[in-house]
Amino acid sequence: MTLIASSIGKKLAMALSGLFLVVFLTQHFVINMTSVFSESLFNEISHFMGNNALVQMILQPILIFGVLFHFTMGFVLELQNSKSRSIKYKSYKGSANAPWVSRNMIVSGIVILLFLGLHFYDFWFPEMNYKYVEVMPLNPDRYFEEMIHKFESPVRVGIYVFSFLFLALHLYHGFASSFQSMGLNNKYSKAIKSITAAFAIVVPVGFAVIALFHHLTAF
Amino acid sequence: MMNLTLKVWRQANADAKGKMETYQMKEVSPDMSFLEMMDVLNEQLIEKGIDPVAFDHDCREGICGMCSMFINGEAHGPDRLVTTCQLHMRKFKDGDTITIEPFRAKAFPVIKDLTVDRSSFDRIQQAGGFVSVNTSGNTQDANAIPIDKHDADKAFDAAACIGCGACVATCKNASAMLFVSAKVSQYALLPQGKVEATDRVLNMVHQMDMEGFGNCTNTGACEVECPKGISLENIARMNREYLYASLKG
Repeated sequence: MTLIASSIGKKLAMALSGLFLVVFLTQHFVINMTSVFSESLFNEISHFMGNNALVQMILQPILIFGVLFHFTMGFVLELQNSKSRSIKYKSYKGSANAPWVSRNMIVSGIVILLFLGLHFYDFWFPEMNYKYVEVMPLNPDRYFEEMIHKFESPVRVGIYVFSFLFLALHLYHGFASSFQSMGLNNKYSKAIKSITAAFAIVVPVGFAVIALFHHLTAF
Repeated sequence: MMNLTLKVWRQANADAKGKMETYQMKEVSPDMSFLEMMDVLNEQLIEKGIDPVAFDHDCREGICGMCSMFINGEAHGPDRLVTTCQLHMRKFKDGDTITIEPFRAKAFPVIKDLTVDRSSFDRIQQAGGFVSVNTSGNTQDANAIPIDKHDADKAFDAAACIGCGACVATCKNASAMLFVSAKVSQYALLPQGKVEATDRVLNMVHQMDMEGFGNCTNTGACEVECPKGISLENIARMNREYLYASLKG
């Protein structure tokens, strides 16, 4: 049996793709946070990220592959797991021995997937259309305006904040869990769990604050 | 004394559909073990001409790993670090309704009522859970090989696994990772086991996957429900062993 065909190999793949997405999330968070402090800096970084050949032609496809791989593998594992107990228990007290968040990664994952659909509809598809379909002229100052325009809608901001809650739940289990899947459970595990908890709070709350900030200051 | 309502899974054989049956138990002593309570139930059923409830048991002192009931939604019931035979009725209250089901997993098919076929564990063990030692009489004394006390303790803790299957029954994915990792760790930590470590972990994980157990999602439920307190550290160790063995080929 090859590594990737084994149950442990699939979990390793989930862990590595998940950690890759954590790295991406961190840089996305840092860039977004600049929009709160400096319109010009946000525009400058966005223009760089949107027009740099390395970012656009290499990192972006890798990122899209990473996202698709993580979700696809997640669904594959969920499907396999659902087949491992064909007759369900009449009484099953899951909360007695494991937190909700660890038992419902598929739920938080689906909410994040739906959010990504909206997020791509809001930002990625218009951006691809602007640059590669309609091939409109370069405008290094358009990014901030485009972004705050999206956050004028309270419904959209509400959906974003709701989704960030599920991102927090997903990260809270997934980040630390990935180290266990990679075979790391030692004296550093306590520190990894603390870092995971901090990351799972700071990043999603930060994203929510950014969305709310632009919604409240847009008028 | 307590009066209880029991909802028990009844299934005539492996091919029968099975359903929950309700039985009333009167004047149950809180000092009874759970299996003694089941014995009394069976005596009452026999007196009424009803087929007694089939359930696994052997040592009745938490060593053999035979008892295997899923009680009120938890493997081996609500108590921690005990098997069903060590569970006492004082953990329940007068008037309680107790739901009793077999361990459920595709790899643990029901034989009858509450007894399940756990021979999938035997096949995993046979795939590599041993050390190939010539026991002709010329074997080196194990005590002559220096072993770090920490490793010896960890190996001993892993070896405490009684293979009851509570980890599988509890896991929302019916994963056998805690059991297999305990068996892998037990040998991987000791010099006698290192010689065959690569083949052992590859073969045991392969067999585990073939048996139809689910994938581990690190919920940690298995560790909580394990009557012997087998640690999740063993699963991480097996992951390491497996990755190393796969890369080594």
